[in-house]
Amino acid sequence: MKRKIGVYICHCGSNIAGYLDVKKTTAYAATLPYVVVARDYQFMCSDPGQDMIKNDIKELGLNGVLVCSCSPTLHLRTFREACAEAGLNPHLCEMATIRELCSWVHSHERENATEKAMALIAAGVRRVLYRNPLETKWAPVTPNTLIVGAGIAGIQTALEIAGAGNKVYLVEKEPSIGGRMAQLGKTFPSLDSTSDMLIPQMEAVQANKNIELLTNSEITEVSGYIGNFKVTIKKKPRSVDEAKCNGCGECWAKCPVEVPSEFDRGMSKRKAIYIPFAKAIPKIPVIDRKTCKFFLDGSCHVCADVCPTKAIDFKQAEETVKAEIGACIVSTGYDTFDPTPITQLGYGKLENVVTSPEFERMLSPDGPTGGNIVLKNGTAPKAVAIAHCVGSRDQNYFQYCSRVCCMYSLKYSRLLKKLLGHDTNVYQMYIDMRCFGKGHEEFYKSASDEGVNFIRGKIGQVTNIPQSDEEKGKLIVVCEDTLLGTMIRVPVDMVVLSVAMKPRTDMEEVARTFLLGRSADGFFLERHPKLDPVGTMLDGVFAVGCCQGPKDISDTVAQATGAAARALALISKGKVEMEAATASVDEEVCAGCGYCEAICQYSAVEVDPKRKVAVVNEAVCKGCGACAATCPSKAMQLKNFGQKQLIDVIDEATKEYAGLAR
Amino acid sequence: MAEKKEQFEPKIIGFLCNWCTASAADLAGTTRAQYPPNMHPIRVMCSGTVDPMYVLKALLSGADSVMIGGCHPGDCHYVSGNYKARRKIAMLKQIFKSLGLDENRIWLRWISASEGPEFARFIRQITEETRKQGPSPMASDWTV
Ligand SMILES: Cc1cc2nc3c(=O)[nH]c(=O)nc-3n(C[C@H](O)[C@H](O)[C@H](O)COP(=O)(O)OP(=O)(O)OC[C@H]3O[C@@H](n4cnc5c(N)ncnc54)[C@H](O)[C@@H]3O)c2cc1C
Ligand code: FES
Repeated sequence: MKRKIGVYICHCGSNIAGYLDVKKTTAYAATLPYVVVARDYQFMCSDPGQDMIKNDIKELGLNGVLVCSCSPTLHLRTFREACAEAGLNPHLCEMATIRELCSWVHSHERENATEKAMALIAAGVRRVLYRNPLETKWAPVTPNTLIVGAGIAGIQTALEIAGAGNKVYLVEKEPSIGGRMAQLGKTFPSLDSTSDMLIPQMEAVQANKNIELLTNSEITEVSGYIGNFKVTIKKKPRSVDEAKCNGCGECWAKCPVEVPSEFDRGMSKRKAIYIPFAKAIPKIPVIDRKTCKFFLDGSCHVCADVCPTKAIDFKQAEETVKAEIGACIVSTGYDTFDPTPITQLGYGKLENVVTSPEFERMLSPDGPTGGNIVLKNGTAPKAVAIAHCVGSRDQNYFQYCSRVCCMYSLKYSRLLKKLLGHDTNVYQMYIDMRCFGKGHEEFYKSASDEGVNFIRGKIGQVTNIPQSDEEKGKLIVVCEDTLLGTMIRVPVDMVVLSVAMKPRTDMEEVARTFLLGRSADGFFLERHPKLDPVGTMLDGVFAVGCCQGPKDISDTVAQATGAAARALALISKGKVEMEAATASVDEEVCAGCGYCEAICQYSAVEVDPKRKVAVVNEAVCKGCGACAATCPSKAMQLKNFGQKQLIDVIDEATKEYAGLAR
Repeated sequence: MAEKKEQFEPKIIGFLCNWCTASAADLAGTTRAQYPPNMHPIRVMCSGTVDPMYVLKALLSGADSVMIGGCHPGDCHYVSGNYKARRKIAMLKQIFKSLGLDENRIWLRWISASEGPEFARFIRQITEETRKQGPSPMASDWTV
């Protein structure tokens, strides 16, 4: 068959065309052997772009297509579908990545970028040349979903999917579900109690028979592919038999060990056997083996003695749960910034300088102060300064905006006035007010109407060294008022630092387990910022909530619902396209040595004892190519990644190009 | 063609595993990391599919060095492809040594999908190192 290849070069607006000479590359592509048409267009992935390809297939009888644009993870499927619609076998379509691998990474060397793009295109044409039509094969989808992280994002996704009648494995690292939302007092812009919203959702999770809730657990391994993942979950020992415990609380009432409560940000004490907060779900305690005296020296077993159901099990071992999964949803949330390194703010040194997560605990009725705002000495503050953007929008820490701090800082204003009276002085030290959500600007207006002092400027220093009588016994906030252009000193009783939301410190482990990418800000990378903000680069894995970037509860829930729809769509389709590029044997050449059989991870190859040739089981072959790399006679080849193709590609790639010529 | 530069510009061929290093390369792009254009990327399904023959072929065709990028040990999408790659490349390097060829022109690296900055850093490094090594004599001294 004489090859007729069409090459399509995308400008991607200015993402490609802005950094390399698209016209020159197109002219060059037209001169390449087997290329019968080369075109460039603003956006190849748009409908007119796809139509261009479809028309050429029909009118010029193309039997090979190379689209030179973004990464194949983004649009290979789009272009293959377009080809299929025009009657061309989709496997005859290939992409050359001239955006991620070229224009974006060589954006200050137009000529070199152009030359490299030309080399990538020439090599791409070679790849198309050796491709053969393949039959698309389908695999069934396991209708189970894995959700990692049970904050509001994970909870909401789980309820949607389980509500549609499908099995969900909801895995949470901590002893209780709820995530950070459980630590908040009231929420903007409605000033509703967060627990009034969250607790019913948590209870619904527990009550739902379709949800297998695995708390105190972590994912250790994920293998497989979309529709057919295999995951291993490690259930850390609680030292309490979940089947026997009825959550009566005798054990934690009697436990003599007290340690700072993580949930209350160290502002209260918890026991060595504990539930993180009163409304925890499941309401089953966990023994902290690092502080429990039984585990330290065997000197105490009060909990076991008082437990009416004999649920304490000091010998409980780690458990492993294995599950078959169709779609994975990662909703591992965020951490908050520890402002200790910004020493001039006095956090950790000056009393009554607190972070926003600590302040949230104070505002919570179930918190360490019972919902009262109090100073260390037990009295109520008369003046409070709130510092915005601590760690956010800061070249030294996080460049991004955390998106919720302006709003929750305003929430603090309103709550302070409400709880402590209208004569409480509230100062907001801000850089810019960002109140962009629904009802947010209105909330800003109401807060302003209540008489808040807005000072535009970043806090330079918080000190307790007075310069006047008025400042005695106070915290003095030193700040430049950039609107007035003067330095000011504001004496207050309490300073709240609105700290940045940041990627969790254990993000990288999760990224590695799920093969997820991370964007420059450290959060998980979405497949497409506009068109697929919940997908990731790995098919069948979605990232939702604050692990994908800072956002408020409404946006988190919106995204969670989106991910649930995606998982449900996969389940209702019921099948996924399988790797078509499996290994295949040239029986004329195969000597039956069996090296391939020995190296195959999946036992997909066997040597037929009678015919003495290797036989590939295509249903089992995953297309990794280990056998092809090992075959001494090169009888074994990966379909569409054959030896001739690679040799040709290498030839093209090593041709002189750019200023890179010797 | 661009004007010839004064310094030697090495030509590097990179075999990038589809699941990790190629993804890291995409990420480097998405985050607009900048690195020299000397490496020509070739996407492969797994580092374990890189037959040493292809490495040899690249060097004989004029590459000054070759990189193979795979998933970190334990993370291979096909379970053990990267271990196979590790053995194959170790063996190839041995053969290079015994033939008096420069085995330092072959670089096997584990770069995961999330390590975009590491990918960019490595491309800068391999380009610099290869530049120091100078043109590979293999293409001109040997014929296939
Ligand atoms: C001080 C402050 C005040 C705020 N006030 C408001 C407000 O008033 N209104 C509003 O809308 N938003 C507010 N927000 C934002 C709000 O907290 C978030 O939008 C919301 O909590 C995000 O939920 P999430 O589920 O994405 O993450 P999280 O709540 O962080 O949940 C993630 C969950 O995943 C678990 N997890 C993490 N890693 C793993 C792992 N490897 N394996 C298993 N489980 C794991 C965690 O333990 C956690 O339970 C505020 C934020 C802050 C910092
Ligand atoms: S899949 Fe990356 S090395 Fe095997």
